[in-house]
Amino acid sequence: MKEKQIKQFLGYNVLRLCIIFVILILIVILYDILSKGARQISWQFLTSAPKNGMTEGGIFPAIVGTMFITVITAVFSVPLGMGCAIYLNEYAREGKTTRLIRMAIRNLSGVPSIVYGLFGVALFVEGMKMGTGVLAAGLTLGLMTLPWTVTASEEALKTVPKSFREGSLALGATKWQMIRTNVLPYAIPGMLTGTILGLARAAGETAPILFTGAAFFLPFLPKSFSDQFMALPYHLYIMSTQHHAIEKVRPIAYGTALVLIALVFLMNLSAVILRYHLRKLKKD
Amino acid sequence: MELSKDPKIVIQDFDFYYGNNHAVKKVSFDALGREVTSIIGPSGCGKSTLLRCLNRMNDLIPETKAQGKILIDGQDIYEASVDVVELRKKVGMVFQKPNPFPKTIFDNVAYGLRINGYQEKSEIIRRVEQSLRDSALWEEVKDRLTDNGLSLSGGQQQRLCVARALAIQPEIVLMDEPASALDPIASAKLEELIVRLKEKYTIVIVTHNMQQAARISDKTAFLMQGELVEFGATKDLFTKPTRKITEEYITGRFG
Amino acid sequence: MIHKFREKLIQIFFFLNGLSVILILGGIFFLLLRYTWPAFKEIQMAEFLFGKFWDPTAYVKPAYGILAMLMSTFMVTVGALTIAVPLGIGTAAYLSDVASPKVREIAKPVVEILAGIPSVVIGFLGIVLVGPVIAKLTGTTNGLNAINGAILLSVMSLPTIISLSEDALTNVPKSFQEASLALGGSQWQTLILVKIPAASSGIVAACMLGMGRAIGETMTVLMATGNAPAMPSKLTDPIMTMTSTIAIELGEVPYYTTHFYGLFAIGLVLFIITFIINMVSDIILHRYERQTRY
Repeated sequence: MKEKQIKQFLGYNVLRLCIIFVILILIVILYDILSKGARQISWQFLTSAPKNGMTEGGIFPAIVGTMFITVITAVFSVPLGMGCAIYLNEYAREGKTTRLIRMAIRNLSGVPSIVYGLFGVALFVEGMKMGTGVLAAGLTLGLMTLPWTVTASEEALKTVPKSFREGSLALGATKWQMIRTNVLPYAIPGMLTGTILGLARAAGETAPILFTGAAFFLPFLPKSFSDQFMALPYHLYIMSTQHHAIEKVRPIAYGTALVLIALVFLMNLSAVILRYHLRKLKKD
Repeated sequence: MELSKDPKIVIQDFDFYYGNNHAVKKVSFDALGREVTSIIGPSGCGKSTLLRCLNRMNDLIPETKAQGKILIDGQDIYEASVDVVELRKKVGMVFQKPNPFPKTIFDNVAYGLRINGYQEKSEIIRRVEQSLRDSALWEEVKDRLTDNGLSLSGGQQQRLCVARALAIQPEIVLMDEPASALDPIASAKLEELIVRLKEKYTIVIVTHNMQQAARISDKTAFLMQGELVEFGATKDLFTKPTRKITEEYITGRFG
Repeated sequence: MIHKFREKLIQIFFFLNGLSVILILGGIFFLLLRYTWPAFKEIQMAEFLFGKFWDPTAYVKPAYGILAMLMSTFMVTVGALTIAVPLGIGTAAYLSDVASPKVREIAKPVVEILAGIPSVVIGFLGIVLVGPVIAKLTGTTNGLNAINGAILLSVMSLPTIISLSEDALTNVPKSFQEASLALGGSQWQTLILVKIPAASSGIVAACMLGMGRAIGETMTVLMATGNAPAMPSKLTDPIMTMTSTIAIELGEVPYYTTHFYGLFAIGLVLFIITFIINMVSDIILHRYERQTRY
């Protein structure tokens, strides 16, 4: 009996160490970025372009560029992802095609981001002759986000009770009337939340935009869909590995990392807040 | 009532399968207009399945098969040319668990009207009020029509679902154990309502509560393991059942 | 009847939406194949798969062997899993078995936030935080090598492993545990002898998906492993993985040359590897779902 208890005590403490270690990893990451990045943050850093061979100045074009492509990503992947989820959850019957669609979604979410980059080059930049720019990069990220959007949207649709659907159909609603009036209104908050979480991940991605439109340095903002752009994650990559005076620009790199993390968290936070508010609205 | 010769619903040798599960077996009986017909039987006997065939709600379940005929006003509802949407407008349904939508009381009742193309506001308001009166809910909710339907009590919610079904003026109302989730008082109110509704509608109700069937229905069908054991006037079926197994069931020896 | 036609159209519209994902997956495979094809006009398949040298820009005799980068990818992945699998399963076990609701409340966002940190940030920390430590410990110049990559990748794959393993553990039927406890087993014995074995398929699938992430991860390894295109012999060697090779060279290569096509060939290999991993973990998961249903 004694031995059993000692074993359990030791075992649980090993497990406890595991979780403490994981939490510690996160604390170290956040602490390092926050403490060293915060010094760099100023109004001027956020609102001006890089200067003097990117050794001074701010990251404004990178912030705008990241937001710009995120919007394109959303415009492409949100409707398509929601449509696909509606098909899967509302129309599809179990069968070969449905299984194939589900398999495709799972596999798409496992495709490495750099492979999406290659695909973007082959399809958008070269195949469709878009050239490198916001559109090609946004679409590439959109493809990458698609499986997440589908999964999140389907989860949201699944939370709408069956009785809403039956009740609606029993009143003589057509299938689409049922979906439009008695399913989507209750699923959309969840769909949006999940989708924004996916977009936040897309905003932090670098590999897919490396060759589809991200630029080393541009003092101005993209004006059209075919313009190249600066992006926060790419800028961080440049500032930490490709710059000619890497040690000198470390603070800028830290600042960029902080802004990038903050942007991703803000998007996550807004998703959570949005969900909360839309839920409240619905209840009233 | 004795004169109404035309049966509203005619079920003829009807079979229904879930995959390989033969849930309804060669069932035949008629439901007359402006009568309450109840379907009773132990749980799993196929009574709800049969009910849900009358407005083809079972279409939603994949891999089901229907054989035989169900005629409503002489039209076989399982014929290919039948428009299910039109059918369901004609055949309303109230479910086992009250399922008001998370909308206002008014919008719950107006829902069916709106999806059926009613646009004029005054017309919608008039019909909502009429339906709520018909379902004996008006007095209780007339001052709080903009409250959420879910804020009502269970019994009120179920009557709201009745009002919702009545709003689009069906000819038949199907009820799937409508009182099973309600307390005795709410249940009694609902029974009262059902008896009153048969002046205007043909009602088919599934219930596991035999007293309830005896109190409110004109005809009763007793199903077991998918087969129709006995069908007849409620009075006769409960007082002098022709088959032993019916007697055993209604006296509560099993089920 | 008009609405029937409209409904059909709407259904077809959504069906096409659904079909699009198959089209995209097929499209990726097809385009990778198409852009890979021309490479093998000049490169021997055997050289590509088993050649130790990747030197497409050599003036005299360009070399197109991916063995070194395959090894490099393999090395960081195995390294990452060596750290992340025990750590992840341990954390998941703690969360499902020991943790109070309050601890779980804290741990869930921790895992989510960890999953949300962009890979480029992790890579950056590999350079500024992990690198110097490794440099000091091993006496190398900057600590940008396989170990560094493995550590970062373990951080990247931890959230996947933790959350999926925890799902698997919490899905183990209560009756299994109760049976073990009723026989006098301690909670710890129940965890080790009953719960973890019962959830093993789910845990293995979780680890495989974590492995998939590690193999396909680009930015962290690109930034933190030193990028030396040679056959690695030890963990402290700087390495260049498949993903980093594409990331570094696609930006510099003239388009439509054998080198360019060769990079797509590497992409195709990556695609196939991750595809297989996904399918296998899928099969394992399905088996597991069937097992736990009863």
